[in-house]
Amino acid sequence: MKKIEAVIKPFKLEDVKDALVAIDISGMTITEVRGYGRQQGHTELYRGAEYVVDFLPKVKIELVVQEDDVDEAIAAITDAAKTGKIGDGKIFVSSIEKTIRIRTGEEDEEAI
Amino acid sequence: MEDFAYIIDTFFALFAMTLIIFMVPGFAMLEAGIVRTKNVSTVLTVNMMIYSVASMAFLLVGYDIAFGSWDNDSMSKWAAFLFQMAFVGKAINIMSGGVSERVKIFPLSIFTVLMGAFIYPLIVNITWGANLLKDTFLELSMYDLAGSTVIHSTGGWALLAAIMIIGPRYKRYVKGKIRVIPASNIPLVVLGAMLLWIGWFGFNGGSVGSISTKENADLVAKTIMNTNTAGLAGAIVASLMMLFKYRKLDITMILNGALGGLVAITAGPDLYNMYLPILIGAIGGALVVFVVPFFDKLQLDDPVGALSVHLVNGIWGTLAVGIFASNGDDITFWGQLKGVLVVGVIAFTLSYVVIFIINKFLAFRAENDDQQQGLDFEECGLESYPEFVRN
Repeated sequence: MKKIEAVIKPFKLEDVKDALVAIDISGMTITEVRGYGRQQGHTELYRGAEYVVDFLPKVKIELVVQEDDVDEAIAAITDAAKTGKIGDGKIFVSSIEKTIRIRTGEEDEEAI
Repeated sequence: MEDFAYIIDTFFALFAMTLIIFMVPGFAMLEAGIVRTKNVSTVLTVNMMIYSVASMAFLLVGYDIAFGSWDNDSMSKWAAFLFQMAFVGKAINIMSGGVSERVKIFPLSIFTVLMGAFIYPLIVNITWGANLLKDTFLELSMYDLAGSTVIHSTGGWALLAAIMIIGPRYKRYVKGKIRVIPASNIPLVVLGAMLLWIGWFGFNGGSVGSISTKENADLVAKTIMNTNTAGLAGAIVASLMMLFKYRKLDITMILNGALGGLVAITAGPDLYNMYLPILIGAIGGALVVFVVPFFDKLQLDDPVGALSVHLVNGIWGTLAVGIFASNGDDITFWGQLKGVLVVGVIAFTLSYVVIFIINKFLAFRAENDDQQQGLDFEECGLESYPEFVRN
């Protein structure tokens, strides 16, 4: 089992969700987050003075999938979230030791 | 017929007064939108405090000082009082808005009592009222219909004194550089500014004083039209200047431009033909775009732009009467300039001394830690947006 965490532009959430549903990924958790990367935020203008918004709003998607589905899920997210402009976000993949469905007590593959 | 005029003018004063009171939510909403969410309850409380405390001080003490007597032949004396009372809080609102996000409510309340009971009434006394300077070399001949100088500049001078004593918001200027603190709610800024604009029709229209003859009805209508025109010109020119200077349209500056135009026309909207207000309002709007960054460069921290809108345009509007409406007799450029200077010196000096003394006993400025936490928590104990905890 792998956990995929993707930090994406908030307005791309709908597209990414649809892409994941289309390949039968059955669940995900999202969080509204703020952050910056190499771009170091962007500048805006207020009353004639420029300022840097360094923590930009992003959405973080978390989903846990079976090993076989990882590549497909990553491709779906990348395709849907890409604008080609700076600030498109990042995807992190990590291993998951155990998964339990609370209602039934099912574990691991059955619980995903 | 005489009764009729009395009744109509009383009604007119009450109507104008009601419009002016729309400026109370006007200032409140504008400031609530400009400040950060953590200070919104505090600025709203301040606005409510100013309306209650300043009006009460004027009722009990100030009105007598300003006009010497409550007698009035042309309308109900109660209506005449209410109309004048509607202005008092405005001068103080101008000052409180500019020191938002770091000023504490209690010392500001004490200043409000003194401003409403003595300082503002004294300015009214020497300009519109009983005139204690009569037959001295300081006697003023300034024409100022609705208070470009008497209200807007007076509030602006008090604000300048307050900013000099209280200082900028914590971390507003870091190592000599400006740190921008953006507005938290632009829709509220727009609502507030437009309420102020509506209030201005009563502010200037009502200042004509009578609508009960055909001539006066025309004069009132022209005054309101010219007032509106200057606001339009201010908004348009401020927009064009922003586009030209920064290639961006900043609605807070466009609204400041409109308000700048409105302040500038306030000294003589009854005197001009229908085209001059375009020029006067346009210059008012342009001044705002140049002067806001200028005050920032001087590190005079004014979140709402009140110095630019009210002080600078109050001066410009008063001088404009001397330039465009001089009749070489009652109204002269020098008479206008003298009014600006005398009122400026008195308003600034008295405000500075009073704030300085209060500040010795009760600090106006909130501690840096409290400013970071937000004044709402320390001063009010309730936050306007408890669900949105941000910086």
